[in-house]
Amino acid sequence: MKNNLLFDFIVDKRAKTVTVNREFAAELPLVWDAYTKQELLDQWWAPKPWESRTKFMDFRVGGRRFYAMVSPEGDERWLIQKYTSITPKTNFKLFNAFADKDENPELPGSVLDLNFSEQDGTTKVNISIYNESLERLEKMIETGFTEGTKLQLDNLEALLARLSKS
Amino acid sequence: MDIRRDVFQAIADPTRRAIITLIALQAMTPNAIAEHFDTTRQAVSKHLRILTECELVKQETKGREIYYQLEIDKMKEIDQWLEQFRKIWETRFNQLDDLLSTIKKQKNEK
Repeated sequence: MKNNLLFDFIVDKRAKTVTVNREFAAELPLVWDAYTKQELLDQWWAPKPWESRTKFMDFRVGGRRFYAMVSPEGDERWLIQKYTSITPKTNFKLFNAFADKDENPELPGSVLDLNFSEQDGTTKVNISIYNESLERLEKMIETGFTEGTKLQLDNLEALLARLSKS
Repeated sequence: MDIRRDVFQAIADPTRRAIITLIALQAMTPNAIAEHFDTTRQAVSKHLRILTECELVKQETKGREIYYQLEIDKMKEIDQWLEQFRKIWETRFNQLDDLLSTIKKQKNEK
């Protein structure tokens, strides 16, 4: 079931834009809540074993979300987001930047444009991420999110274990 | 001054990206490269120097001419790094899948 859901990741280096398309097996209002409500967002935003901890989130135009990505060792990397446009259950745009612990953004940042649509109980989310600088995109990876690689290794380990049994 | 010299600095400039595209097809001399651009030879030389310092291109001497050619492995670094970025989103979304299905189950039980 999960495998049938669309996942596109398109990089346009020249336009400094990454486009992500993903489908979810849930109705739109629920998916919208998962993206826009602090208590839900914190449950999935950080790739495990990192944790997302939101200090405050004010989801309205001009409002901000101040949150930390917390490493398994407890190191905090603060980020700040500012909502620049909201069309309920359809679209929202935000500016995203790393920040110090006193909410001062470290520029440049990135601009996220998120679109939501539903068809037959499946919700499609289209995200376009514009980065002012490639260096910043690079920093996002360096800031500890090497977990993707670790996950891959874990999966490989599990696969090897399975293969050795059969 | 701390000057940044890596693949990302190399591709940050439009002229350098054009040079990369050009020499991806075949090794070329600085003069042959410069002919493709409206800018001065000095400007092209400067870009070639940066590309060399970023280790994205390498020089090879054939007879009396110096040829510039692309370091394919370095270009792969960019793709590997973008692959990590893709992985973050993939992981995130899988976690969201789990959360959504948990919430749906809870709703059905009520």
